[in-house]
Amino acid sequence: MVGVTPWFAAIGGEVVMARDGQAKARISWREDLIGDPKTGVIHGGVITSLLDQLCGAAVMSALNQPLPIATLDLRIDYLKPAAKGMAIVGEAECLKVTHEIAFVRGSAHNEADQEVIALCTAAFMLTRPEARTA
Amino acid sequence: MNAAALAQEELLNSIPFCRWMGIRVLQDDDGVILELPFAQKLIGNPLLPALHGGVIGALLETAALAQVVHELACAELPKPVDMAIDYLRSGRALASYARARIVKRGRRTVNVHAQMWQEDEARPIAALRGHVLLQR
Repeated sequence: MVGVTPWFAAIGGEVVMARDGQAKARISWREDLIGDPKTGVIHGGVITSLLDQLCGAAVMSALNQPLPIATLDLRIDYLKPAAKGMAIVGEAECLKVTHEIAFVRGSAHNEADQEVIALCTAAFMLTRPEARTA
Repeated sequence: MNAAALAQEELLNSIPFCRWMGIRVLQDDDGVILELPFAQKLIGNPLLPALHGGVIGALLETAALAQVVHELACAELPKPVDMAIDYLRSGRALASYARARIVKRGRRTVNVHAQMWQEDEARPIAALRGHVLLQR
């Protein structure tokens, strides 16, 4: 479900794998994703979108039952601009799931040369069905 | 619109991703505001519905960069170094707004904060804290 949000589909992204707390996603280079017209580098917001989607997918795949999740925070280090014309791939790992919170780490790379573009750490809120008292 | 708002509008119109998202420039007495009109493609959770976290990050980051370019009269777009985004409330299917301010200008890096809201600026839906590297 996390793999098919309207926004991620709109920017041409796809979650290619999500299993046991690990997820992989990919996004193709496209002209309308450019953030710097002089260099053709993709906008940071596209990388943020990839990482948020990917981290969410990793969390969902780590849960025993599907639960609503929401990003609490996301911190990104931009190591290197994405290469013009190259697809970006990302992977994320859910490190820990508690009753309320899930902790995730992720990264994004140029598909062609595997150079790391960005690293991220994120925390997600989990919404478990509330225990009802009569 | 004053010169500051016009300059930011020209900058954002030159960036394909900002045009594609539909980001617009507004102004009030406190300065420049970016507006993101609601569109179905911005949705991350169709059940609520809620804006995608990446959309929120993209608007905040754009506001931060545009503010730095404008306030420091940068000839080149600064490069983002790191960004920390706090998601405070769910982004609803409404128009969103963002405003950024420079907290500290160093010789090479700038610390910038940005906030995003929908109906009430006093009830932000997200906040960004980041560093950008000035290009020379």
